[in-house]
Amino acid sequence: MTATANEYVGAAAPAETGVPIPQVVAFGVMTTILVAAPFLVYPVFLMKALCFALFACAFNLLIGYVGLLSFGHAAFLGAAGYGAAHSAKAWGFPPELAILFGTAVAAALGVVIGALAIRSKGIYFANITLAFAQMVYFFSVQAGFTGGEDGIQSVPRGTLLGVLNLNETLTLYFVVLAIFLAGFLLIYRAIHSPFGQVLKAIRENEPRAVSLGYRAERYKLLAFVLSATFAGLAGATKALVFQLASLTDVHWTMSGEVVLMTLLGGLGTVFGPVVGAFIVMALENYLSQLGAWVTVVQGVIFVVCVLTFRRGVIGELGNLLRKSL
Amino acid sequence: MTIARIVALIGVLALASSPARAQISDGVVKIGVLNDQSSLYADLAGQGSVVAARMAVEDYGAAAKGLKVEIVFADHQNKADVGSQLARQWYDAEKVDLILDVPNSGVALAVNQITRDKGKAFIVSSAASSDLTGKACSPNTIHWTYDTWALANGTGNAVVKTGGDTWFFMTADYAFGHALERDVEAVVLKNGGKVLGKVRHPLNTQDFSSFLLQAQASKAKIIGLANAGGDTTNAIKQGAEFGIVKGGQKFAGLLVFLTDVHALGLEKAQGLTFTETFYWDLNEKTRAFAKRFAERNRGIHPTMIHAGVYAGTLHYLKAVEALKSDEGAKVIAKMKELPTDDPLFGKGTIRVDGRKIHPAYLVEVKKPAESKYPWDYYKIQATIPAEQAFRPLDQGGCELVKK
Amino acid sequence: MTILGVPTQALFGQLLIGLINGAFYALLSLGLSVIFGLLNIINFTHGAQYMMGAFVAYFLLQWAGLGYWWALLIAPVVVGITGIVLERTMLKRLYQLDHLYGLLLTFGFALIIQGLFRHEYGSSGLPYSMPRELAGGQNLGFMFLPNYRAWVIVFSLAVCLTTWYVIERTRLGSYLRAATENPALVQAFGINVPRMITLTYGFGVGLAALAGVLAAPIYQVNPLMGADLIIVVFAVVVIGGLGSIMGSIVTGFALGVVEGFTKVFYPEASNTVIFVIMALVLLVRPSGLFGRAS
Repeated sequence: MTATANEYVGAAAPAETGVPIPQVVAFGVMTTILVAAPFLVYPVFLMKALCFALFACAFNLLIGYVGLLSFGHAAFLGAAGYGAAHSAKAWGFPPELAILFGTAVAAALGVVIGALAIRSKGIYFANITLAFAQMVYFFSVQAGFTGGEDGIQSVPRGTLLGVLNLNETLTLYFVVLAIFLAGFLLIYRAIHSPFGQVLKAIRENEPRAVSLGYRAERYKLLAFVLSATFAGLAGATKALVFQLASLTDVHWTMSGEVVLMTLLGGLGTVFGPVVGAFIVMALENYLSQLGAWVTVVQGVIFVVCVLTFRRGVIGELGNLLRKSL
Repeated sequence: MTIARIVALIGVLALASSPARAQISDGVVKIGVLNDQSSLYADLAGQGSVVAARMAVEDYGAAAKGLKVEIVFADHQNKADVGSQLARQWYDAEKVDLILDVPNSGVALAVNQITRDKGKAFIVSSAASSDLTGKACSPNTIHWTYDTWALANGTGNAVVKTGGDTWFFMTADYAFGHALERDVEAVVLKNGGKVLGKVRHPLNTQDFSSFLLQAQASKAKIIGLANAGGDTTNAIKQGAEFGIVKGGQKFAGLLVFLTDVHALGLEKAQGLTFTETFYWDLNEKTRAFAKRFAERNRGIHPTMIHAGVYAGTLHYLKAVEALKSDEGAKVIAKMKELPTDDPLFGKGTIRVDGRKIHPAYLVEVKKPAESKYPWDYYKIQATIPAEQAFRPLDQGGCELVKK
Repeated sequence: MTILGVPTQALFGQLLIGLINGAFYALLSLGLSVIFGLLNIINFTHGAQYMMGAFVAYFLLQWAGLGYWWALLIAPVVVGITGIVLERTMLKRLYQLDHLYGLLLTFGFALIIQGLFRHEYGSSGLPYSMPRELAGGQNLGFMFLPNYRAWVIVFSLAVCLTTWYVIERTRLGSYLRAATENPALVQAFGINVPRMITLTYGFGVGLAALAGVLAAPIYQVNPLMGADLIIVVFAVVVIGGLGSIMGSIVTGFALGVVEGFTKVFYPEASNTVIFVIMALVLLVRPSGLFGRAS
């Protein structure tokens, strides 16, 4: 089952550790667009898309570079959201601490779930993560502080570091953008470090990596925890943007949605998850007038994607340009 | 072109576009219907609510009175984040003045807060939570049609008084289920009844047979269904299979809509008792409305949600015209000040906490033989007068009341 | 006599109810398992196809006046044919790829089908009556057992065991099993493997539709009736061991019973208990209870 894992990857990831020029250019383009965007597009929409883009990048770290499909990533997004929302609302944490706390909750959850799940492979790994995510969902319904289906409402955004008033939409936007870029670059750094190289080696041929003396499970666990942590960062930020944490983010369909984003953008590409997240969010937003057709359109995208461009938008683009993006 | 010039150009464009919109907005009252169009609540609210809002605008004769009214709608997919983002976008970027409907208490509470922050107006028809006029009440929100307290109180009181004094609850393990159960239990105990047992089942349970066996074993006279939608219909359908009603027990629905009864069919639903604040077959006016509505809504007759959207829109437009302004809090204040009068709910008032006051009806679902024409489903058992139908003003804990 | 405060009599009733619900799980997971065994695809459309089975029963009654018994016969065939079309046109392109792609494609189809039905028939469901022959029920002393439920358990057990027998004990079944192991070799023996795969998919889908018809008189015929069911059934298959026929039948019934008891002692958790069991089983036996270690 692991032998086929490299098929997850769109454009074959290069082995070099230096930063390729096309990726630098692409990063520059992305950053420029994101800095200019709030003056042209509704900022709250952009913030939501950025949160999901970070979420998809975190997910991609696991599937694209370790070859593990998690079907329970909603647990980290949602748990961090509850952590941040509860600490900000009930304990009066300032936003920076609330986000840190939420992220820490997700990281801790990642350690526990990862330690238990990491020995399984393929479909079994997907299922065991799904099982744990369902338990987190159950906990979220049962625990009093989460407010059941009402969620935690009216979470204060507060003042970042006592200076930046986050109730100003544009201020909040640039804070969210900074969080996103930081997360994005850290993930990029992790992938292109010696650590990332070992992950790739494990993905390509685990027995060989083990025989070379790498403790594969340690590396995989670390990747899993990193992925959970960044998913948590996304979830905690999202809770502050929307001032609410709700069951939607822990539901299993959210785990499916992040797969859709990553697949659409391009599994194992650097920029794919970002593009995929923006496309999915735009569809959800601008198709909301279509009512029941939203799910139909989502379904059609899945089908078309799997049948015609398995590498995803960025994967195909990279293939066309013969560059790794 | 340098980057500085691009940024400057973008800035100019952004500045240029916003005041232009603002000027148009002065002349247009923009109403957004935000609800579930694709899953659980799509039938009882959904497109029907959009139809109801359009009909209200037409019937008000807005165009003839020189009032330009525009209606937009969107599907929040029962996700609080989607709903809250759509609401913000509508208020901030698309100059929406009023949001209507919003099923799912989680989404409604979020929109309630956003509406208050942005100083706009919000009329709730679908969402059930009585917190909207209690702890979470807002000077920008009116809760029109019903709430958990009204349903629990109406059904609980009537059933206990007609001899249903022992209860078994099947409760959806969600905040609204707990609220319904808590409110009914209080009413039952107050009237000298007893609660013999309860089960909390997960939302969207398919099979109720296990819970039905427990209910049977409890020997309670009444099985209170503190759940909604598919959970309620499945429980009733399987109840018929297990001979619940034949065995002498009765179901009391706590959150049942006309469309649920339609989906169940009279064979299964007969004898079910619950509370509604509107029924299409009440009088000439409601029948005339239902006929026009059904023609535009795939033959589906209006639920009380649709009626609430229609009546709420009508009253909103009245207040806008009287004020010559569509500024959120002012319109809502005006709506509270003006007495309400519409063909569906009759004459009524809106309280300071945002609660719309009108009578409620205790209904029983007809036997198949008693139903004479399509959608002839209810017998009105009792009318609960307006002043008793809703939670007394001083018990909700609304901050607007203390002032 | 009581166990943890619940009379033993009542527990008998719950045991029986659990077995009945287990019958649905067994039927659905059997189809999923058969498909996975030969196609190596996790059929996420299964829940939607279950729903389609119930809808075909409804259409047959509304449009053709054909009742329950006809539906039991026709619906699996009709839905099976739609499955065959799906397999011929799309799924067959994915056999060489990772499981993930088959899962995603069928998940996409589930969204499309459920969306279209929702758009056309609303979300609150449509009524479907019990066949007259099976109305009423028996008083067993410890519980009232509706005749229809008894029929469900007998019928699905028969279908499950027949399927098991055909696959494990007949010549046709041996071809199937051989094709699972080594398709090229079986093809070399002159057996049309692609056609066998197509028919297997059609059969698995037909089983889902059959479960849908069985469910129609009990549950509302609702476009979303299979939406959440799929991950539960998927969990059942994984617990039993992917591709194991007997595994999915036994696990289906067993989990129905476990779920039934959970509904008595801790009803809030009745939707979650299967996932707890799945996590535990996979931690101890990574390829499921009846699965072969890979």
